[in-house]
Amino acid sequence: MSAEFDCAVVGAGVMGASVALPLARAGMRVVVFDRGPICREASGVNAGTLTMQMTRAALIPYALKAWELWMDAPRWLGLGVGTERRDGLSVAFTEAEVAILEARAAARRAAGAPIVLIDGAEARRIEPGLTDRALRAGHCPVDGFASAYLTGRAFRLALAASGATLREATPVLGAERSGGMFRLRLDGGGTVMARRLVLAGGVWLEEMAGWFGIALPIKVLVNQLAVTERMPPVMRSVLGIASGLLSLKQYPNGTVLIGGGWQGRGGRHDGRGDGFVPEALLGNIRLAVFVMPALRRARIVRAWLGLEAETEDALPLLGPLPGVADAWIIGSVHSGYTSGPFMGQLLADAILGRAPALPLFPPERLLARKDAA
Amino acid sequence: MRPDLAVLGAGPAGATAALVAAGHGLSVVLIDENGAAGGQVWRAPAPHLDGGGEARQGGALRAALAASPVVHRARATAWMIAREGEAWRVDLVREGRAETVTARGLVIATGAHERIIPFPGWTLPGVIGLAGATVLLKANGVLPGRRSVVAGAGPLLYLVAAALLKAGGTVAAVVDLAARRDWLAALPALAARPDLLRQGLLWRARLAASAVPVLARHAIAAAEGEKRLAAVLVAPVDAKGRLRPGAAARRIEADSLAVGHGLVPETAATRLLRLPHRYDAARGGWCAVRDVSLAAPAPALWLAGEVGGIGGAAVAELEGRMAGLAAAQALGAASTPAAAALASVVVALARARRAGAAMAAMMRPREGMVDDIAPGTIICRCEDVTRAELDAAIAAGARTLDQLKQWTRCGMGPCQGRMCGEAAGALLAAAVGGRERAGQWTGRPPLRPVAADALVGDFDYADIPIPAPAPP
Repeated sequence: MSAEFDCAVVGAGVMGASVALPLARAGMRVVVFDRGPICREASGVNAGTLTMQMTRAALIPYALKAWELWMDAPRWLGLGVGTERRDGLSVAFTEAEVAILEARAAARRAAGAPIVLIDGAEARRIEPGLTDRALRAGHCPVDGFASAYLTGRAFRLALAASGATLREATPVLGAERSGGMFRLRLDGGGTVMARRLVLAGGVWLEEMAGWFGIALPIKVLVNQLAVTERMPPVMRSVLGIASGLLSLKQYPNGTVLIGGGWQGRGGRHDGRGDGFVPEALLGNIRLAVFVMPALRRARIVRAWLGLEAETEDALPLLGPLPGVADAWIIGSVHSGYTSGPFMGQLLADAILGRAPALPLFPPERLLARKDAA
Repeated sequence: MRPDLAVLGAGPAGATAALVAAGHGLSVVLIDENGAAGGQVWRAPAPHLDGGGEARQGGALRAALAASPVVHRARATAWMIAREGEAWRVDLVREGRAETVTARGLVIATGAHERIIPFPGWTLPGVIGLAGATVLLKANGVLPGRRSVVAGAGPLLYLVAAALLKAGGTVAAVVDLAARRDWLAALPALAARPDLLRQGLLWRARLAASAVPVLARHAIAAAEGEKRLAAVLVAPVDAKGRLRPGAAARRIEADSLAVGHGLVPETAATRLLRLPHRYDAARGGWCAVRDVSLAAPAPALWLAGEVGGIGGAAVAELEGRMAGLAAAQALGAASTPAAAALASVVVALARARRAGAAMAAMMRPREGMVDDIAPGTIICRCEDVTRAELDAAIAAGARTLDQLKQWTRCGMGPCQGRMCGEAAGALLAAAVGGRERAGQWTGRPPLRPVAADALVGDFDYADIPIPAPAPP
C-alpha cells in the first residue's frame, strides 16, 4: 500500500519546513521527508546570524521580511528559536576594507537595508569592547541572531500541529512522474505518491534535480564554527568585518559564537565534520580576538562544520522545476537561514496559486547559462 | 615535532606503548594532560605518601620513562587530531602555547572516565566522584571530608574506602550496588589474578577492622544539606539498580560522599576521528572497535587500553605492550619485534582480560537507575538541564543524542557531555529502544576546552590569512 499526498517535500531543513507549514495550514495533505532528523544540517548548525550586512544585496528585501518573521517566531511558529534583536556592525581595518565596506553598504542600502557608515569611535560607543583599530563600520539596527540548534524542535512541533506528516530518517532515493503524480522511492523499499513535489535538499539539490535529468551544479561551502564556554558579558552587537570572514555574537547564556565562513575540507558526500582544518579555526579565532580583544580570555568548548550550498550566480533556486509540471525547487541560498521562512512562504504562495509578494528566482537562468557555455 | 609515533595518554596503556615502541627504535612523543605519567590508576603520589602497590607500579613506569628516549609532553592538552597527508597530526596546548606533533603512527590510549547517574542533591558541595576522591587521596594526600560515605559500583568503592581509613578519615558506610553474591560470582575469574584478589581482600579486611558497614545492593536515594552535604539517604535496590518500592531509606550523616557508578571508555578522540564504536554494557558502554592487534580501521592507528572497553590496569598495560609492538612492526622500527614477543602478549592478555571482564561487569551500567531520577533533578550540571527538560524534548520528538543536545543544551558545557552523557543516553535509550538507536554524541574538536589565548599567541592583523571575500 502506498500513501497519497497533495504535496511531498524532500528535505526538512528551514526551507522545506517553511514551505510545508503554510501548505499544510492551507489544508493540503503534506509529507516532509528527511534522510536524518529535522533541521540537523545547515538549518540546525549554522551561526544563527540574522544580519543584513552579510546578505547579498539582491536578497535584502527577502531578508528584511524574514527577519521580521524570525523575531516574531512564537506567533507563527509556536515555539521561538531564541531570537535576539541587536545592533549589527561590519568593521573595516584597512583603507582597502573601507572601500569594500562602502561599496557593500551602498548596495545594501539601495536594496532597503538601513545601514549607515560610522567611524571607529562611534562604533565603539555601540560596542565598547571593540578594538581601537577599527577605521570605519557599517551600522545596521536591523540585525540579531537565533539559536539555530532550536530550529528543528520548533518546526517539528509546528508541522505536527499543522497536520503535516514528517518522516525523519527516511532517505528518498528518487522520484518520477507516474500517471499525473510523483512516485517517491524510499530507502528500504517503500514508495509514496504525491500530486506535487518540492525539492528542498540544500547542498543535495544537485542530485535531486538530477532525478529529472536537470543539471544544476551546486557548489558546497564547508563552514567552520566554534563556540566558547559561558563567559561574563563582553559584547552586545552582532559583529562582522568588511570582507565578510567573521561573524561574532554573545548569546544571553554567555557563550560566544565565532564563525564567518572559514573553510574546512570535505563536501556533501563525506558527511559533515570530517574535514576540520585547525589553521582555519586558528585564523577565525585570531580574527575574533583582534576584533574583540576580551575574547583572548575565552575558552573554546566546541567547533563544528556546516555545509552551505551556492549556485553558479550565488542567487537562490526558488520556483518551478524547469520542464516538470507540479515540481518546485527551493534552496541554495547564501544566508539561507536568515531568508528561509519568507522564501518558504513565497514558494507556498506560488504552489497555492497565489501571487507571491516578491519575485521568485526561477532556476532557468542557470540552465540557459549552461546551454550557452 | 615529527616523531615516528605519537601516543595520546600516559596511563598504563599509553606509557607502556611508548616505552615498547621506543625500545624497538621508534622516536616517540607521549602526550598527557597530567604532570606525571601513570594515568588515573597509577597516579603519582604526593611526596610524603606511600601510595601502595599501584603507586609502586606507577613509580617503576615513571622511572622507565625517564630513562627512555621517549619525549614526554606532560601537562599538554591535545585538542585536535586529524589525518594530514600520510601522517597523523595532533594539535596541543602546553604551558599556554600551541604545539603540533606530526607522526607516522598514532596510539590512542585515553582511558576511561567515571559514570555518575544523578540523584537528588548530587550537585551539592561535598559530593565528589570516586575518581576525584582517589586524586585527592593519592596525589594530594587530602581527605575529602571527616566522615564519608562511599557509594556506587566496582572495586574502586573498596579502594577509596580503604584509602580514606588509611588517611585517617571515617567511613560511615560503603553503599554497593552489587550484591554479595555478585562478588562471589566474580571470584573464579579473579583466580587468574591472585594479586588483585589479595588486594581486594586486604581492602575488605581493613573495612571490617574499622567496623565499616557495607550495604550490599543499596544505592543513594538522595543527598541532603543546605549549602553543602549533611547526610545521605540510602535504600535497597534491585539487580538493575532500581530503588525497591516501599523500602525504607536510612539516613546517614556525612560531610562527604564519594560516588561512582562505574567507568566509561573515554572516546572523544575516537569519535572525533569517526571511528566505529560498539555498545557493550559489560565493558562499560560505547567502546572503540579494534582488531586483535588493536589496530583501528584507519592507517597506522592503534587503540590501547580502556578506550576499547573497561578492563583494568593489567589489561591496559598489556594492550600498551601489544600496541607498541604492532607500531614498531608496522612503522619499520630498527629492531623488528619477534613473533614470540607478540604471541606471549596475546596469551597474557587472554588471562588478564578474564579478570578485567569480571570487574568491568561489576561496574556495568544498570539500566534501572535512571528510572528513579526525579523530574527536577539536574542531569547536565554544566547547563542546568533537568530530567523533566530532557523528557520534554524526547516527548517532542528528539530521537538521537545529538538532537537531544541541540534541543536542551544537555552536554554543551565545559565537560563536553562526559558527566551527563551516560544518564542522557540511558533516558533516551528507554524511549527509542536501546543505546544503539540513541547513538553517541558526534565527536567534535576541541577534545578538551582550550584557551583562545594559547591558540592565537601573539599576532597582528596582517598575520591573519584572510581569504577572499564572498561576492557582493
